[in-house]
Amino acid sequence: MLAFIIRRTIAMVLTLVAVSIVAFAIIQLPPGDYLTSYIAQLSSTGDQVDPRVIENLRAQYGLGEPFYVQYWKWISGVVQGNFGHSFEWKRPVWELIWGRLGNSVLVEGLAVIVMWLIALPIGIYAAVRKYSLGDYLATIAGFIGLAVPNFFFALILMYLAYVWFGVTMGGLFSPEFENARWSLPRIWDFFAHAWAPVLVLATAGTAELIRILRANLLDELKKPYVVTARAKGLPEWKVVLKYPVRLALNPLVSTIGWLLPALVSGSVIVSVVLNLPTAGPMLLRSLTTQDMYLAGAIILLLSVLTVIGTLISDILLALIDPRIRYGSK
Amino acid sequence: MTKPLLTINDMSITFTSPDEADIEAVRQVDLTLTPGKTLALVGESGCGKSVTARAVLRLLDKNAKIPTGEILFDTGSGAVDIAKLKSDSLAMRALRGAEISMIFQEPMSSLSPVHTIGDQVDEIIILHDRLNKKQARERTVSLLDQVGVPGARDRANAYPFELSGGLRQRAMIAMALACTPKLLIADEPTTALDVTTQAQILDLLRQLQDDFGMAMLFITHDLGVVAEIADDIAVMYLGDVVEQGDVFDVFRAPKHPYTQALMNSVPRLMRKAERQRLTPIKGTVPSPKDRPVGCAFTSRCPHAFAPCPTVRPERTQIGADHVARCHLLTHVREEAMA
Repeated sequence: MLAFIIRRTIAMVLTLVAVSIVAFAIIQLPPGDYLTSYIAQLSSTGDQVDPRVIENLRAQYGLGEPFYVQYWKWISGVVQGNFGHSFEWKRPVWELIWGRLGNSVLVEGLAVIVMWLIALPIGIYAAVRKYSLGDYLATIAGFIGLAVPNFFFALILMYLAYVWFGVTMGGLFSPEFENARWSLPRIWDFFAHAWAPVLVLATAGTAELIRILRANLLDELKKPYVVTARAKGLPEWKVVLKYPVRLALNPLVSTIGWLLPALVSGSVIVSVVLNLPTAGPMLLRSLTTQDMYLAGAIILLLSVLTVIGTLISDILLALIDPRIRYGSK
Repeated sequence: MTKPLLTINDMSITFTSPDEADIEAVRQVDLTLTPGKTLALVGESGCGKSVTARAVLRLLDKNAKIPTGEILFDTGSGAVDIAKLKSDSLAMRALRGAEISMIFQEPMSSLSPVHTIGDQVDEIIILHDRLNKKQARERTVSLLDQVGVPGARDRANAYPFELSGGLRQRAMIAMALACTPKLLIADEPTTALDVTTQAQILDLLRQLQDDFGMAMLFITHDLGVVAEIADDIAVMYLGDVVEQGDVFDVFRAPKHPYTQALMNSVPRLMRKAERQRLTPIKGTVPSPKDRPVGCAFTSRCPHAFAPCPTVRPERTQIGADHVARCHLLTHVREEAMA
């Protein structure tokens, strides 16, 4: 088991190096750099820019240098914890993103948990009582959840909250708690705001999870070992939970790793709509303004989260399935 | 004759499906099992052997029903009609695993791949005999030892995929016998194993029967296996039990034409000059939908005559423990010729 984890960790570091190169390359792909879009912005407002000032800036940031030099400068800084400077915000990148990334992880992590909490019982019910009224309801609700775009669901929720309760939804904190330290009232305030985005973000994933779990479980329920368990005299619920559900979960556990990045990229529009201070909108903005150090840092950190998530799901998988642990088929 | 442990009277099993008419997979089963004896249930694929066995434990799929007949099981304090119990009821679950156990054909897929052998055996002991984990494991280890699993203490921590087919089936048998049931149902337990392992498992079952004294309902389509293990034999054809009796009586003098045909289709070792061609049974098994109202074997029977397609033959006593359902036994010979 330890050897397994060490092997995976080494692979993880190598993956991260590759990801950082690709991420940096993609950020550099669009023609021009931050200064070009900066000049364009200034000229559109009628300001004149001294070309010499621009040249100085370009030299200062090393923007004219070849790709590998720029990459090396950036990555050696990152390794030391220096993510560079944001052009647009004129502040260190780290300062900008750590709060946002924290919010992202918090909201989206909660969404994942809610997703599993809702999907597990419904999925199991739908499979065990196949073609019952409850199964059909779960199926219908599931397809609606899949078909309705998250941001649209968010809009409906905002509208209903305003019309029925006169509450305006949006943000994660009340203004007075925005920059406060974590305390009990702030946690309470957070949950009062966060339930809506968490619910919205969880819907699509929940629907998908229900479908996958139902299909997996239907396969497993037909297997002979289920009959064996029944033949032991176990009550039906114990039979289902201990044996087929356990096996039906395997393919789901392996998806935990890429659930997180999918949620982050999927939540951009929802975050914009609900005005959430998460990483998604900031990534979008930094990409359009070619604020490359900011964009690079966010993408890199998301990759780190993904890779760690994959590692965790690999370890979980090995824990629940001995066939993987012992490297057998 | 000792008091029977399990008596199945005139049982039928139908499967309902939303798109088609009901299928009567089992039409008329009468079986008697006595303690300490082995009854082999024989018949070709699809004749309803496995369904009958599963009905005894009420392990049939949800769309199966037992519309007629009774399954009387002697619990020691009076007989219970299993056919009347609900399949997930407490009473049924108290029988399952404790009084009646089952071993299955596929030892690989019949064990959970993600739980250790020990875990799966412990569970049934904890469930029925209310031992704690440690005591249960002790019993599991001695059981595994008893069924001939070498290094039982270590093997209890092994997963099914780490064991050979024969060892898995031994573990399965240990699980089935964990609570010393009165009846063991073995649904083709040796079909998936190679011949050497098959012989070992049969030996083991026979020896365990001597030790534990349980009755055994042994399902197979292999008459060689029957000869080796059974005391009694019941022959099934297309949902009907056509003949039941002492294995020697039935093998020596089969009364039902289907049993006779079955015996004639077994190859025998002979010198080349004396070899004869096997006589296969003519035609194929009709589907339960096309089954004649009378005797199911009518369409393939060389002796079929007037009452066969329409009248269901009566259960006729031939010897002390030998019964068959055939009109030839009740009608006089001349009538048969006519």
